[in-house]
Amino acid sequence: MTPLAVSIAGAVASFVLVLVVLELIRSRRLRERYALLWLVTGIALTVLSAWRDGLNTIAGWLGIRSYPPAVLFAVGLLFVLAVLLHYSTVISRLSDQNIVLAQRLALLEEQLLR
Amino acid sequence: MPASSSDATVHRVSVHPRLQELRRVAIVPALNEEHTIGRVVDELRAFDPGLDVVVVDDGSLDGTSRAAAAKGARVLRLPFNLGIGGAVQTGFRFAFENGYDIAVRVDGDGQHDPAQLGRVLEPVLSGEADIAVGSRFTDETATGYTSSRSRRVGIRLLAGVVSRIVGQRVTDTTSGFQALNREGIALFARDYPHDYPEVEATVMVFRHRLRLREVPVEMRERGGGRSSITALRSIYYMVKVLLAIFVGLFRRNVVPQEGSR
Repeated sequence: MTPLAVSIAGAVASFVLVLVVLELIRSRRLRERYALLWLVTGIALTVLSAWRDGLNTIAGWLGIRSYPPAVLFAVGLLFVLAVLLHYSTVISRLSDQNIVLAQRLALLEEQLLR
Repeated sequence: MPASSSDATVHRVSVHPRLQELRRVAIVPALNEEHTIGRVVDELRAFDPGLDVVVVDDGSLDGTSRAAAAKGARVLRLPFNLGIGGAVQTGFRFAFENGYDIAVRVDGDGQHDPAQLGRVLEPVLSGEADIAVGSRFTDETATGYTSSRSRRVGIRLLAGVVSRIVGQRVTDTTSGFQALNREGIALFARDYPHDYPEVEATVMVFRHRLRLREVPVEMRERGGGRSSITALRSIYYMVKVLLAIFVGLFRRNVVPQEGSR
């Protein structure tokens, strides 16, 4: 069974993550588009931490008998990987756009200064 | 001031009778080549006075742009270094948007001898190919090019892989000494690989059913600057290029639709 202290700490930490993300959206420092994955991460971890029976059941499915909170690590890690991969695609797109902008600038500048 | 093509066509061009009627441009990517770029521009003019020369300055820190402009070349100055792929594509975009019929690509480091352009242009002018590539390694060019053993092995290996994929013997997939017709220009203006572009570009050409011919050329020692491929980067180069080729084969939409970028 999951120790109660672990459940409380997990739930509080995850909930704080959700609040921080919401605050970042409110103050326009984080775009909704990029906040979504973080929100899902926070909510999933909050639910899994607070819902102790659920965590135990899921751990049972995965064959984790000794320490059910390991599921929290696994889920957290999975989401962090998803967020990172998403960022890589965003960076790739930005650098492609950056190249096109630089090319257009060079072409226009040449026309302008000719 | 750059010479315009209209007054330059008065000169007699000995290379090929058809060349005179065509609007033609030389695309010269250059990175920190202030010592060689002027000579390259001069040699291009000597080969064909009616050839518009466009130097793409890929974020040089030296006087490359100035040296090129002083020789009457048009200079496309990138605000920062894009790498050879992005730089060359800038030239193709220029050629496409300005309605050129023929483009040749010559490196700014003096490695490619413009005097051999006639040979490279031949298959394109005769309508035999959409893209002609000067190769250092055809059977006819046994001599000449010297480079490190690892680099030669790499070039051979890539050539073997590419030949198998495209079903035509290709001997030099890393050569940037090329001539293209309007179809070739249009393709590369729209989509051109980044980083180390030539290998992927070769595969792309075949996937778009354009015709590619190799022409034996000899290349000179680099007149200055440094190769963009150092020994340490070779491995990264190989892995990146092979990944790009094999993953690229599974792409359905080979060319991104206009406006989707």
